[in-house]
Amino acid sequence: MANKPQIRTSSSALIAMIADEDTITGFLLAGVGNVDLRRKTNYLIVDSKTTVKQIEDAFKEFTTREDIAVVLISQYVANMIRFLVDSYNKPIPAILEIPSKDHPCDPAHDSVLSRVKYLFSTESVASGRR
Amino acid sequence: MSGQSQRLNVVPTVTMLGIMKARLVGATRGHALLKKKSDALTVQFRQILKNIVSTKESMGDVMKNSSFALTEAKYVAGENIKLTVRENVQSAALKVRSYQENVAGVKLPKFEYFIDGESNKNDLTGLARGGQQVQACKAAYVKAIELLVELATLQTSFLTLDEAIKTTNRRVNALENVVKPRIENTISYIKGELDELEREDFFRLKKIQGYKRREVERQREAAKAYAEEKFAEEISLKRGISVNSAHNMLSHGMQKDEDIIF
Repeated sequence: MANKPQIRTSSSALIAMIADEDTITGFLLAGVGNVDLRRKTNYLIVDSKTTVKQIEDAFKEFTTREDIAVVLISQYVANMIRFLVDSYNKPIPAILEIPSKDHPCDPAHDSVLSRVKYLFSTESVASGRR
Repeated sequence: MSGQSQRLNVVPTVTMLGIMKARLVGATRGHALLKKKSDALTVQFRQILKNIVSTKESMGDVMKNSSFALTEAKYVAGENIKLTVRENVQSAALKVRSYQENVAGVKLPKFEYFIDGESNKNDLTGLARGGQQVQACKAAYVKAIELLVELATLQTSFLTLDEAIKTTNRRVNALENVVKPRIENTISYIKGELDELEREDFFRLKKIQGYKRREVERQREAAKAYAEEKFAEEISLKRGISVNSAHNMLSHGMQKDEDIIF
């Protein structure tokens, strides 16, 4: 049996965020934000001036950081880096797409939810995956 | 790709036959066990699927509520609240703990969120105006985070289970369609070869028996003939004449003696 990739277990890990300003403010209010000694934050505010490259870099950084377990990303931001999000297949950190104020949750684009819907409909129709 | 399953290249001996039979038993048992595991995993998978769908929907609602609360807070406490909050960020108070849970033999990651317990600088936000709205907004967002962490757990379990089911199914199919037919073919080949060898031996044995029997027969004939001659000689000697010598004299006489005029 080939070695399964080790799943990280940590006792305290952060929640990263890539979203628009209002959402980030709300979450920061709740206390999810973290700034460490090197002034690195675990969130990225996306507004009209942010380039796709910045978003890509932040995404890559968040997913490779050891202490981040969950990455929340707004759906319209995810659409901008759709290919990165879709090709990401590690279990940790978990990528979660959240709706934003202006763009309601669209299940057609959500990478995981679309698969869920597909499986769900197959299961209700036919005998299931096997 | 041909659908023929090959057989393994082995020496067709009785030992090999025993080994192959043991392997077949092992493969059958492994196949049954893996099928059971796959079924158990699929059951878990379906449950998680249902949970994900319902949680995602409720998450949409919760996010809407929290955004609403935030707008209220902004309205009441002024636009500067955003900057104040951003300045106040230090170290996170809400953190996530990840641990593994063993479900039907598969290690699934699970997230649990907990509060670190440090006092939030944000407690003092909105002291000037709109404190209540700010606190309400904060509570709403904390609830949203709870739900989101749960959703993250479900999502990761979903992905991990998906992989695990795929590997298990792959192994089940491999055992069923490749390994078992191959071993069965090998066993029938070995049995065939052993039978053939046995037949060869049997045939050889029979042939040799035949030769031996014929030899024995011939010897017996020869011995019988000799014994008869000997018996005849003895009798004639007793009668005082030797048949042989009488015969010789007669034939001799007829040829050489010219004095006898008959």
